[in-house]
Amino acid sequence: MSIVYKRSEGLTDAITNYCPGCTHGIITKLVAEVMVELGILGDAIGVAPVGCSVMCYNFFNCDMQQAAHGRAPAVATGIKRVQPDKVVFTYQGDGDLASIGTNEIVHAAHRGEKITTIFVNNAIYGMTGGQMAPTTLIGQKTTTSPLGRTEEHSGKPIRISEMLATIDGAKYVARVTVDKPANIAKAKKAIKKAFQTQLEGKGFAIVEVLSACPTNWGLAPNEALQWLRDNMIPYYPLGTFKDWEEE
Amino acid sequence: MAKILMKGNEAIGEAAIKAGCRYFFGYPITPQTELPEYMSRRLPEEGGVFLQAESEIAAINMVYGAAGSGVRVMTSSSSPGIALKQEGISYICGAMLPCVIVNIVRGGPGLGGIQPAQSDYYQVTRGGGNGDYRLIVYAPANLQETVDIMQEAFDVSEYYRVPVMLVGDGMIGQMMEPIEFKDRQPNFQDKPWATTGTKGERKPNIVNSLYLDPQELENNNLALDKIYKEIEKNEVRYEAVNVEDADVVVVAYGTTSRIVKSVLEECDKEGLKVGLIRPITLWPYPFEAFDKINPECKGILCTEMSLGQMIDDVRIAANGRWKTHFYGRTGGMVPQPDDIKAEIMKILRGEK
Repeated sequence: MSIVYKRSEGLTDAITNYCPGCTHGIITKLVAEVMVELGILGDAIGVAPVGCSVMCYNFFNCDMQQAAHGRAPAVATGIKRVQPDKVVFTYQGDGDLASIGTNEIVHAAHRGEKITTIFVNNAIYGMTGGQMAPTTLIGQKTTTSPLGRTEEHSGKPIRISEMLATIDGAKYVARVTVDKPANIAKAKKAIKKAFQTQLEGKGFAIVEVLSACPTNWGLAPNEALQWLRDNMIPYYPLGTFKDWEEE
Repeated sequence: MAKILMKGNEAIGEAAIKAGCRYFFGYPITPQTELPEYMSRRLPEEGGVFLQAESEIAAINMVYGAAGSGVRVMTSSSSPGIALKQEGISYICGAMLPCVIVNIVRGGPGLGGIQPAQSDYYQVTRGGGNGDYRLIVYAPANLQETVDIMQEAFDVSEYYRVPVMLVGDGMIGQMMEPIEFKDRQPNFQDKPWATTGTKGERKPNIVNSLYLDPQELENNNLALDKIYKEIEKNEVRYEAVNVEDADVVVVAYGTTSRIVKSVLEECDKEGLKVGLIRPITLWPYPFEAFDKINPECKGILCTEMSLGQMIDDVRIAANGRWKTHFYGRTGGMVPQPDDIKAEIMKILRGEK
């Protein structure tokens, strides 16, 4: 018998802390597979955020640093400036990157830091139990917007990819999702491109991955994926916003 | 090496380079800006990296990433900037990363002022970041001592895997004095824990301060405490002058101690028996220095450029054996010799 599929060597044996139906697991696996396929696992240094993926330092089978909330791009900058020959990436959620860490992500992009950022956007704070994020949609109920987010009170959700695409130092910016196999394949391609951007020495690269949070959205896993299609994708359109190969 | 004349902030930078530091992440703030300016010129010449961060918060987190990569790295700032760095300093302590942080103190609270002050004694010795952590804190009183400490600071930090903070007031940062760099080789430690890529040859290294299991966190904190106790045993530094037969002992550090020394010379000429304890390490604090004080001493005078912060440690050190008194100026005002002497005289005359 031949092996047609196996656990990626880019992952350790650790069991993730992700909830049933959460798509973090798929995204983590894609990053691990890409690192193996590019042959960079032994040269990779990842930076874990604060949030649901805080423990990803136990999941990736490469050197890892855990960063303070939102500061992963600054920590990654420190690593990359010391070790420019290594492959440095951050794995961050939307509370981490789009709220407390906006300064760090904007300036990592602005400096054109040669790092790769995987930005997992599930429109909510997961680890702390479902609070409103800057990415929470209008009308979306969370524990800190119990009647639903309103524009008058909290503004409209922030579109990080579109914002970062305006910055010169950002050389690859794409938004993908992982709701079905075809989109998972596209997501993997984008993640690979984001690492290649770094390997080519082009500058900063980010892939925003729309992700489901059944637990805090209060939906079954399949309903959550449908909610993502019906609500998140219309507001956060999928696509490539910046690509150094097409400039 | 011959003596050369340098400005404090620049001398600190050159001493760091001589100590093997090749990475600097910082943010401009008066009165320490000459240090990042100097490093932006010098580090590229040495094959190192200077990077001006978007904030003090980003700078200290860049230090975290660089220190986790196993190199000698530093940052510098002044009081309000150090306040912003406290989160990162706490993480650096939790993850046991070596680095050096220079703090050229200015007046506060808030934006305060830019003149010399010592009103951040609590900030540097009591943390400000969260958790059971300590920093090794040096407070030199002249530029020669500053560069000597700076040349050793990276060795000390790497040996214990505890960050070192060098505290100078604005006077130390801004003044010029003749200095001589020691011909001293850095003592680099092996760093098998650094994140340098597994090369597929070892298990991943993880730089981390998260321990969700309370027993694991307690174990980690106890391990840190063991190191801190070792530091308390080995690294205390101070200068004690004529304390054995003193009728009054003045306690002062940094620039204030230089003023006190000039007062002591005058007192000596008049036959008054006044001693000095000058802490060089603010943590670990030189409690042992107080054990040598004349048991019949009439009182201890703590003098600071603050409204009284180190006085807490002086009281702990005195432990009820002598009366303790305080005299200080704040906001960038500097204590004058005559005023310090007047306080000494009050204690000698039994008026205090």
